[in-house]
Amino acid sequence: MSKKLKAVIIGPGNIGTDLLMKIMRSDWVELVWMVGIDPDSAGLKRAAELGIKISTSGVDGMLDKVIEDDIRIAFDATSAYVHAENSRKLNEFGVIMIDLTPAAIGPYCIPPVNLKQHAEKLEMNVNMVTCGGQATIPMVAAVSQVQEVEYGEIIATVSSRSVGPGTRQNIDEFTRTTSGAVEKVGGAKKGKAIIVINPAEPPLMMRDTIHCLTKETPDQAKITESVHNMVKEVQKYVPGYKLVNGPVFDGNKVSIFMEVKGLGDFLPDYAGNLDIMTAAALRTAEMFAEETYNQTIKLPARA
Amino acid sequence: MDLKGKKVTLHDMSLRDGMHAKRHQISIEQMIAVATGLDEAGIPLIEVTHGDGLGGASLNYGFPAHTDEEYLNAVVPKMKNAKVSALLLPGIGTVDHLKMARDCGVHTIRVATHCTEADVSEQHIGMAAKMQLDTVGFLMMAHMVSAEKILEQAKLMESYGANCIYCTDSAGFMLPDEVTQKISLLRAELNPATELGFHGHHNMGMAIANSLAAVDAGANRIDGSVAGLGAGAGNTPLEVFVAVLDRMQAIHGVDLYKIMDVAEDLVVPLMDHPIRVDRDALTLGYAGVYSSFLLFAQRAEAKYGIQARDILVELGRRGTVGGQEDMIEDLALTMAKEKGLI
Repeated sequence: MSKKLKAVIIGPGNIGTDLLMKIMRSDWVELVWMVGIDPDSAGLKRAAELGIKISTSGVDGMLDKVIEDDIRIAFDATSAYVHAENSRKLNEFGVIMIDLTPAAIGPYCIPPVNLKQHAEKLEMNVNMVTCGGQATIPMVAAVSQVQEVEYGEIIATVSSRSVGPGTRQNIDEFTRTTSGAVEKVGGAKKGKAIIVINPAEPPLMMRDTIHCLTKETPDQAKITESVHNMVKEVQKYVPGYKLVNGPVFDGNKVSIFMEVKGLGDFLPDYAGNLDIMTAAALRTAEMFAEETYNQTIKLPARA
Repeated sequence: MDLKGKKVTLHDMSLRDGMHAKRHQISIEQMIAVATGLDEAGIPLIEVTHGDGLGGASLNYGFPAHTDEEYLNAVVPKMKNAKVSALLLPGIGTVDHLKMARDCGVHTIRVATHCTEADVSEQHIGMAAKMQLDTVGFLMMAHMVSAEKILEQAKLMESYGANCIYCTDSAGFMLPDEVTQKISLLRAELNPATELGFHGHHNMGMAIANSLAAVDAGANRIDGSVAGLGAGAGNTPLEVFVAVLDRMQAIHGVDLYKIMDVAEDLVVPLMDHPIRVDRDALTLGYAGVYSSFLLFAQRAEAKYGIQARDILVELGRRGTVGGQEDMIEDLALTMAKEKGLI
């Protein structure tokens, strides 16, 4: 039996295509299907050239092949509006859904913080929060793992070119989802998220600032160590995740300044915000595959 | 320039843009006193919000003395004639804040985006228009792009439901010719029913001249703040602008002596520092940098020993936009490391 889990990508846009290129290198995930709804999609053409099966009628175009092709993982890179239906249809066949949309039906997943728990529980739908969340919540967690964080605030600055129409039309969703996950996954009692879009040319690298207010005086040595360790954890799947400055301590305020350089697979390297989403999603799928291979979890039975 | 008989609606910024200069620490009593004075002087529209708009309360921009809701609930019921507006920057505030402001009784919502990113304002402008509020699209840092680009972005905001579009000189960089060019193109190409506004900063000493150029080119709403209380070297000082409009026989509806008195008796005494074109504020204008960066750069200078002026020039070179206050400490740290100061 191959250790690789077979997968489908739903949505052949920028995110889906970048994910496709990353999966091609994976030791744990094998891409079998890529589905979309636009017959002229460049992403679907690219997939077809790579020998991936494609459908232009969305998830419905491959549902009858799920069992036959032994599809175990689905990545949804469409939109919040259609995610719930996609998830329902595929979960029915025992496919684990990794949600890259803001729908967030399932629990938030920030790989170095809580992925292992999700995998061990065999969560059938996990949500990848937002790009800003993937880039910053590990740092909030690094502080809250040392001591209580009363308030966590993140500011994500991204290049205009890397922000697609979906995010633009519903930018409130970014602020809400990210601040919610700063609390639920980051461990801050109260969370706040801010996004700034910058149109400079050449495009600026994604940068993120994380501020935490600790309840008691911050233990500078322990927090610094925890932050450095967490940076290394994220670098395992996003090598361009870089601590630029900090942690800086000012009273009970801890400030951390990050830069996220993408791998430049499909999206240019300045789009670290998109890269960290696709890398985190793939990391999530790989963890499920590893746990399955190690027999820590058992995938839903199939006849 | 002939502005005789032209109608100008003056919009006071001292209790919103002025919050930057006060590190968002204006008290409720001060808010009420200034707003009441402005109302009595005949100012028709007064903005009351955190300096960075609804939801701006944060470590990044500064926690205010009171919440937006507290300020609005204190000021709105005291107004006899004046209406109250609130600012909202998508990415910082959300439609939830917008609904809160509506419930507090604001008349005008101004949705602000960087001058190239108008498409993040669709849900907020749409919601404000649907709630039948006076809905303004506010294009910030308008000096960074061409008049044609401003027009393209203004048309987006107009299509979402804005009934007024602002050309906003957030950095106080523009000279009058640029204002004329941008406002003229907007006036020629937008729906004739769409109002036009101009928001200036005095960093290059041009706020009055720029505001006049805007009116001459077809803008009918002009932002200013009493005694100039605003970010950087402040906004167009309203009492001065009123006197100039008087001399030019434009119609503004404001009592000059009363607004002079509000400036002198109420606003100047509450300033933490003189609002003037000092070398750092001048650098904002000269380098085209967002005015509210001023105090952050000065604090970084005090903390890390890098001149505020050098930080601001570098921020300008990097093309930073409004809202990137977090970049200032980050950059100061990097510059201090390079110089071996830390």
